[in-house]
Amino acid sequence: MADLSLSNVRKAFGAFNVLHGIDLKIEDGEFVVFVGPSGCGKSTLLRAIAGLEDISGGDIRIGGEIVNHVPPAERQIAMVFQSYALYPHMDVYTNMAFGLKFAKIPKDEIDRRVRKAASILKLDAVLDRKPGALSGGQRQRVAIGRAIVRQPKVFLFDEPLSNLDAALRVNTRIEIAKLHRELGATMIYVTHDQVEAMTLADKIVVLNAGRIEQVGTPLDLYHAPANLFVAGFIGSPAMNLMEARVIALENGHLKLSVGEQHISLPYSGAPVAPGATVTVGIRPEHWIPGDGPSVKIEGTVDLVEHLGETSIVYLRLADGQMITVRYPGDIFCTAGDRFVADAPAAAVHLFDAAGQAMLGRRSGPAYGILGQEFRAR
Amino acid sequence: MMAETAPQSSWVKRIEPWLLLAPMLIVLATVTAWPLARTAYLSFMHASLDDGDLPRFIGFGNYLALMKDGDWWHAVRNTAFFAVISVTLETLAGVAIALLIDSQIKGRGALRAVMLIPWAIPTVVSAQMWQWMLHDQYGVVNALLIKLGFISHGIAWTAGAGTAMAAIIAVDVWQTTPFMVLLILAGLQIIPRDLYEAAKVDGAPGWAQFFYITLPLLWPTLAVAILFRLLDAVRMFDLAYVLSSKSRETATISIYARQQLVDFQDVGYGSAVAMLVFLMISLVAAVYIQVTKIRLISE
Amino acid sequence: MKRLAKTVALTLLKIVVVFYTIFPFYWAIVSSFKSGAALFSVDFFPAIDLTNYRDLLTNGNFLRNILNSAIVAVSVVTLSLIFAITSAYALGKMKFRGRGIVLAGILGASMFPQIVVLSGLFGTIRWLGLYNSLGSLVLSYMIFSLPFTVWVMTSFIRQIPAELEDAARMDGCSTWAMIWQIYFPLLAPALASTGLLAFIASWNEFLFALTFTLSDTVRTVPVGLALISGSSRFELPFGTIMAASVIVTVPLILLVLIFQRRIVSGLTAGAVK
Ligand SMILES: Nc1ncnc2c1ncn2[C@@H]1O[C@H](COP(=O)(O)OP(=O)(O)O)[C@@H](O)[C@H]1O
Ligand SMILES: [Mg+2]
Repeated sequence: MADLSLSNVRKAFGAFNVLHGIDLKIEDGEFVVFVGPSGCGKSTLLRAIAGLEDISGGDIRIGGEIVNHVPPAERQIAMVFQSYALYPHMDVYTNMAFGLKFAKIPKDEIDRRVRKAASILKLDAVLDRKPGALSGGQRQRVAIGRAIVRQPKVFLFDEPLSNLDAALRVNTRIEIAKLHRELGATMIYVTHDQVEAMTLADKIVVLNAGRIEQVGTPLDLYHAPANLFVAGFIGSPAMNLMEARVIALENGHLKLSVGEQHISLPYSGAPVAPGATVTVGIRPEHWIPGDGPSVKIEGTVDLVEHLGETSIVYLRLADGQMITVRYPGDIFCTAGDRFVADAPAAAVHLFDAAGQAMLGRRSGPAYGILGQEFRAR
Repeated sequence: MMAETAPQSSWVKRIEPWLLLAPMLIVLATVTAWPLARTAYLSFMHASLDDGDLPRFIGFGNYLALMKDGDWWHAVRNTAFFAVISVTLETLAGVAIALLIDSQIKGRGALRAVMLIPWAIPTVVSAQMWQWMLHDQYGVVNALLIKLGFISHGIAWTAGAGTAMAAIIAVDVWQTTPFMVLLILAGLQIIPRDLYEAAKVDGAPGWAQFFYITLPLLWPTLAVAILFRLLDAVRMFDLAYVLSSKSRETATISIYARQQLVDFQDVGYGSAVAMLVFLMISLVAAVYIQVTKIRLISE
Repeated sequence: MKRLAKTVALTLLKIVVVFYTIFPFYWAIVSSFKSGAALFSVDFFPAIDLTNYRDLLTNGNFLRNILNSAIVAVSVVTLSLIFAITSAYALGKMKFRGRGIVLAGILGASMFPQIVVLSGLFGTIRWLGLYNSLGSLVLSYMIFSLPFTVWVMTSFIRQIPAELEDAARMDGCSTWAMIWQIYFPLLAPALASTGLLAFIASWNEFLFALTFTLSDTVRTVPVGLALISGSSRFELPFGTIMAASVIVTVPLILLVLIFQRRIVSGLTAGAVK
């Protein structure tokens, strides 16, 4: 059993609180990704799990046992570092075998494990090289190999791909996903890259300023962000968040004023008083005219960017708020043009003054329907 | 099974750094703190190995006598003069030569290698070399000056009243300017080159680049280098000892202190001298660090 | 035209600097090859006459002095580096209360004027029974060599990324294994340059060597060299002195030139941040 649970884990550096009571359960074999802005405490949390930082409060359990004071090497975990942290003075073989020697594992067993890991990672040919003589991708694989040979219950990765170039990053990402499937081990992966988070994770943990904002599957976070922070953080370009005022709630519809225009949304949640401030969220890629009830917002074009596969239009509303609209393919308009952006009401998110989501799971527009049509055929 | 090791591990963690530091701290205390305390203690004693008396406490007696000791004040003046003049010359020459080397692409390595030669020569050796070059009858310096018609007969450089100190300064400048050059070169290397390009684009002439870019960015390095040199100069001993023996004209405070301690065997008085040397050097360092605001310890 | 003048001026300047830097040593070499009356003539390219060298090398004291210097310098360097690497690990990689004070103390000790401890240290050396022995020098040279090596090694060890230590902890390295299996090999180049500088400083030291040793058999080279005198008051021993100077200096210069880069990095690690 290698499930892992954190209860009320706190960490302070001196008087500076970095983690404010983290509660989290990670199931055996799960691939969990921690995301969050730089400095929010992702690495600190990972290092606390590894035992590299002493925690200031709470409990960390691995396989049901409290490991708060167990030294890192005895927690049956392995970690892959951002800079790889390979020992520059040892060859690849010794780098991988180093930890096993301390664990008093017999020599032939060490040899067997190192060679097996090397063959999985295609490192057989470079076993006697020093890290300095390896390419970035090879170093990265040695770092992973060093983790594999320990046969840990939990793998920890701290932004392992950030030092690779773009093409290699995609490849290695796929390799890591495959590795997870093959080993079936629990993996915790820290990144600030959304694509990595969305593609790798069974479960994403969004951290902000030392607190968990939301835990969920990638699509949960995308379609049902629990709060403003997650809404703004997940998705790129970021969701449009517009200030709005409640005008009235009548026969199941919420009338709002956004950028001096009125919109109306089907609403069945808790009652809201007219005059309350709320935030309306619509993802740039969801401004697609639908055939159901829709929300229309009018503005002036500030700038258009043509990316080939998509076009991005920056709109200025009457009250000065800016919104981003992303269309597939080309769109022809120029700065100064008047423009009406149109999104299905089902794609609109709503957050109360405290930043909490007021509506349930939202669904994107046309593609979902298209998908159903494909399946129907 | 995972062991629960909380109490022990935190206790070990707390003393571990001190265990690692202990050998170094003990040795360092044996050769600095303890002798310093003993020197301080002896400085309040009448303790002369000459007259066979038992040491006895005389309070500030040694210090009071020192205040009226003309030779001591002469040594202080000599030391101050030597330190200020030699460090100034070394700094100016060091900056000039470093800029010269830095501006060259060709022969830069060779020039730097040449700079290392005087630095590597033991001070006693360079003192002897210059002693020979400056010899009044057979020295090559006098021979050249006579040949060129500057002087008509040899000058006793290292013995003359006015020239001995000049000779010592000249040798010190010869020997330690390379140290300055090496440090300044390293300091110049960390100045980003594109700053100069930006300055050129802004139309700044060479002198402005020096005063507005080179000097301010070099200053942290230069300030530390000057401090090291200054402290070295204030405690200078070997050069003057070998070059002009123990002449009053060139005696530094270190020479004077050793004379009292070893030659005259006046341990109490000599210790008082040493304590004053310590106080003066600490003062120089403290004032210098205050004035230049250099940060020697980075956290 | 102006450009040409500038190039000529710079070249001239370089020649002057190089000449001024090298000439004294060149003159020492030249003089060491002259004996008898030849020594007193100003001759820049004399015939090579090895009399002075033969005199020196048949004089047991000089060789003994060199051996003494080597023994002292090697012992000082070895001990300092061993102490320095454990201390540097504590000061550069561990967080503990009092770290700042220790660093400040070491910095203070590196500025320590040697003359100040002369009388106090004399007592300690007597008490330890080290007077007039090489041990007195090994001990007293710690005063400059330890603060320097600790300081420089601390700044070198800090440049090693923290993740490496984390990785080693995950691999089960104890502190002791960390120091000797991870940092020691990684710091080898830094140890070489720091050790070389400490070696040169010990090799060149004069004040303590002059004060704590008496007999010819325990003297080090600088003292021996300062005290060489002719057989009569009127004999000028400069030929011999120059030969001795050359013998003492040439190995140092070779070492310094071979390890040029190392030396510069060692010098600057302490001073340039
Ligand atoms: N050893 C430390 N001492 C003091 N503050 C630290 C230390 N390590 C991290 N921090 C602080 O804790 C916060 C979280 O850091 P980290 O976990 O590295 O963030 P990230 O999410 O970018 O990985 C940051 O504000 C950082 O400055
Ligand atoms: Mg991080």
